[in-house]
Amino acid sequence: MSPETAATAPREFKTDTLFINLGPQHPSTHGVLRIGLTIEGEVITKAVPDVGYLHRGTSKLAEVRGYHHCVVLTDRWDYVSAMPNNLVFCLAAEKILGLKVPPRADAIRVAMCELNRLASHLLFFGTYGIDTGAITPFLYAFREREMILDLFEMVCGARLTYNYIRLGGVMVDVTEDWIAKCREFLEYFKPRLDEYDTLLSFNPIFMARTQGIGCISKEVAVNWGLSGANLRGSGVNYDVRKADPYCGYDQYQFDIPLGKTGSCWDRYYCRVSELRQSVRIVEQALDKLPAGPFMATGVAKVPKPQPGESYAHVEASRGDLGIYLVADGQASPYRMHVKAPSFINLAILQELLAGRKVADVIAVLGSIDIVLGEVDR
Amino acid sequence: MGIILEKLPGITKGMPGGELFLTTADNIIDYARKTSLWPMTFGLACCAIEMMASYASRFDFDRFGVIPRPSPRQADVMIVAGTVCKKMAEPILEIYHQMPEPRFVISMGSCANCGGPYYDSYSVLKGVDRIVPVDVYIAGCPPRPEALQYAVVKLQEKLQKMRTIAIAGASLQQEHGSRDILSSTPNNEPNLPPEAGPRIEIG
Repeated sequence: MSPETAATAPREFKTDTLFINLGPQHPSTHGVLRIGLTIEGEVITKAVPDVGYLHRGTSKLAEVRGYHHCVVLTDRWDYVSAMPNNLVFCLAAEKILGLKVPPRADAIRVAMCELNRLASHLLFFGTYGIDTGAITPFLYAFREREMILDLFEMVCGARLTYNYIRLGGVMVDVTEDWIAKCREFLEYFKPRLDEYDTLLSFNPIFMARTQGIGCISKEVAVNWGLSGANLRGSGVNYDVRKADPYCGYDQYQFDIPLGKTGSCWDRYYCRVSELRQSVRIVEQALDKLPAGPFMATGVAKVPKPQPGESYAHVEASRGDLGIYLVADGQASPYRMHVKAPSFINLAILQELLAGRKVADVIAVLGSIDIVLGEVDR
Repeated sequence: MGIILEKLPGITKGMPGGELFLTTADNIIDYARKTSLWPMTFGLACCAIEMMASYASRFDFDRFGVIPRPSPRQADVMIVAGTVCKKMAEPILEIYHQMPEPRFVISMGSCANCGGPYYDSYSVLKGVDRIVPVDVYIAGCPPRPEALQYAVVKLQEKLQKMRTIAIAGASLQQEHGSRDILSSTPNNEPNLPPEAGPRIEIG
């Protein structure tokens, strides 16, 4: 009997229905997510995610902060990869302010976002190993992750919340030292990718726990509005970097890794394959880093754009992150709405978990790769 | 018998039957307690990522005897790492009461200290010290892993001065459990003094 039919198969005896809480304090929920599970024996009949334990009201706060100050708030949505968050707000605000970003700043932004994607996927790689019972990959992943954080610290002084991408460009220029260090790291990092494959990706125990579990078909993935590696793991070729290029992504050579069956392992392996592509993009960005200014001229200290609205979206580490911004001529936005990929990806959990065994919950939840800061905002 | 050294603990020299380790019971209890601080893995927000980094390869929290425990029943110290929202305040209080005594709280990051960047948000609790007593505060947004480790060192300094036995008599919480004190129903012994037993200082 395949596990997919475990809930529907006729049972010989009746078991009690039990309601259990997963979270909000649970080491594998990656934050403060609570899932109400109704279980019958070992089979889950209903799973209801309960969000809001980290709701900080940033959309409302943006209405009283200036445009420059809003960048600080964006850092703390998806705190594992803050650079794309900075970027998407700046893109939306630049559209509304009519700023022209110099090409050097664009290249730096691309390099930073891809480095941050590396850091974010490495964290996923490590914690997903822990979720499925392998602790060692976590230590290996953090060894490389610390080096990426060193690079960020060198350029902007922060390890997690950068506030580096600003309206009209970036905070400071990258130095020759930094570029040399970054190249050194990439050379060091490339052989590590094969190490990860032997360590976790093709580990028989890991594959048995994740292959064929939590399968999402193409249609279901599109219907639930998934994005990022969760969508591509099901074989749908959609990536904002290709579909709607920003920051000159159309000039870079890279592939979009796709999964086949949409199982947990496919989603996992999509992310691990994206590591290689991100390394390629960073190398290209460093190679053709154009000379020139890193900041646009004429960025006001207190920007007061004309009334209007704009939408910008980027391919963040967790999917299609978008911002809808409305300006009313004041120093702060009239309305800021965030289309957060984690929040939308999380919704499919109720369909994925129903009918699964209790032991699969963490494997499925981990493979969706949510960050609660972005879910609740 | 033996030699009482000025500064305890000490090792006696030239004793028959080998060298002896002389100390007070308090010293050894405090020493054991401070070198095996088990925190609860309890990440709330951004600071939790830095907390994870402290446990990982480069910073290696195990050197301090700090091993994360997933259950509050086995934990000594709660590291409140991140923004405490009003919805999350109640679970935090519950988890705090589930921890066995003596229990300690480290407030990590600006959000847990005072609200931080969300000082004017409608849904954020302005500091975790409004619901649980805090032993060590760490500044930063988020604090570096070194800062968290320094906080643990400061907490260890505090624990070394606890002198559990010297302060005789159990506290009201130890005798009755914190839950009973917190419940609003009148307790079973109406004539219970506020401090159970005289606090006698020995030595």
